[in-house]
Amino acid sequence: MSDIIARLDDVTLAYGDRVVLKNCTLDIVEGAITCIIGLSGAGKSTIVRLLDGLRKPEVGHVYIRNIDICHISETQLNEVRRSISLSFQFAALLDSLTVGENVALPLREHTRDPDAQIRQIVEDALDSVGLAHTYDNMPSELSGGMLKRAGFARAIVTKPDLILYDEPTTGLDPIVTHLITDTIIHLRQKLGGTAVVISHDLQSIYMMADYVAMLFEGAIIGYGTVDEIKRSMNPIVQQFIAGSEVGPIPI
Amino acid sequence: MKVLDQVGRATIEFFEYAGGIVILASDSLGFLGRLRIRFIETINQCYLLGFQSLSIVLLTSLFTGMVISLESAQQAVQYGFGSLVGSAVTYTAVRELGPMLTAVVVAGRAGAAIAAELGSMVVTEQIEALTSMGLEVARFLVLPRLLAMLVMLPLLTIFADVISIGGGMWIAQVYAHISPDSFISSARQAIGFEDVVKGLFKSLVFAMIIALVGAYQGLSARGGAAGVGVSTTGSVVISIILIFISNFVLSFILFGGH
Repeated sequence: MSDIIARLDDVTLAYGDRVVLKNCTLDIVEGAITCIIGLSGAGKSTIVRLLDGLRKPEVGHVYIRNIDICHISETQLNEVRRSISLSFQFAALLDSLTVGENVALPLREHTRDPDAQIRQIVEDALDSVGLAHTYDNMPSELSGGMLKRAGFARAIVTKPDLILYDEPTTGLDPIVTHLITDTIIHLRQKLGGTAVVISHDLQSIYMMADYVAMLFEGAIIGYGTVDEIKRSMNPIVQQFIAGSEVGPIPI
Repeated sequence: MKVLDQVGRATIEFFEYAGGIVILASDSLGFLGRLRIRFIETINQCYLLGFQSLSIVLLTSLFTGMVISLESAQQAVQYGFGSLVGSAVTYTAVRELGPMLTAVVVAGRAGAAIAAELGSMVVTEQIEALTSMGLEVARFLVLPRLLAMLVMLPLLTIFADVISIGGGMWIAQVYAHISPDSFISSARQAIGFEDVVKGLFKSLVFAMIIALVGAYQGLSARGGAAGVGVSTTGSVVISIILIFISNFVLSFILFGGH
């Protein structure tokens, strides 16, 4: 697994009686942007939570750099998490802190850097996502797109090896969606590292993805580059990317 | 069988709840033991949970002291024991009503605030965001609130004791013409320093109950705004029930019926 930074290995997970993932296996290639597509409620967001150790599978293993994070202590997991960042669907900024304080939080908690240095790093991170002027704003003062970008700034501020984006473009207008997609591509070019993006937005995915994985009924049924996915012979993949009501996917 | 099933489920839920509270307490106090404390946030919580509860605590304690004095003075004067009104008011305020009433008021205000704040953080994924950043929720959120409550509730109780005795003394003077000197003299005979300390010990236990139940209820919130409402209501109800039960147990242990 030399070029594989993260791996779901035969994972099964259920919420109550509802099985979300069933014998699901997925490799995340280091240095690439992997987009996970699938129907609403298919379990895509569960995958990023598994990769961040926020959920534990009932069966199977989750590896981050060959460490099985399902069988380590919370302290060890927190160490692993320092190399991972999760950007939440609704940003999940702490509403009692300013945008700048939110972005600075992981640095203040995990480093002994002086305040001036942290401030500089945070301003650079906010600048990278086009929010340089929002340091002292409260999260409630930002629009949906700005909130997501502030969430990106918090995710990149520690320069993680793996960034997980949970539905970064959902609910945004086409212009902001394009801006967000450009931001993800720009951040990958600027910082390097690996990204996993959960999204329904095929245009965005075609712009940014190195690899695409399609999740259906708890398992990955299609995986490959954008061109390979577009040429997939799997009728479920074809119906999904065509956005057609006609096909094997039950509506 | 259905009854047995329900009893079984209720028993499991009770022990799950009690276990959850104990684990939360142990995690939070573990960070206290290692001195991993967020001091500024703790001071902030002292203001939010303690200082902002001061006016309502003073108001309820004042009127409670006044009504105890009014009721006892009526009876005492009628039977010629007016000099005992100070004892009755002070005894009741310091040993029982001061700590308990303050705790009930703070549970309704600050305990609910803890549950509502943490609950809304759960449903907006802020708690998951903290965990994802490798931050411990017990240290980051629960410990500052627990420490603030442990510091502020005894202080509020002292203020409540003083204001309720003051209110009682005023009513005794106006209504039953008992002089402040006589009232204070009677009060001094009724209670000692030890009683004050025991009353404050009670408030420390109540502080643990309010902070931990509020935090646990908030962190257990599920299902959006409605879930936060249920957790908040549950926090107040459970805290008040536990305060009443523990008050009885503590009175029995500390004062032993004397």
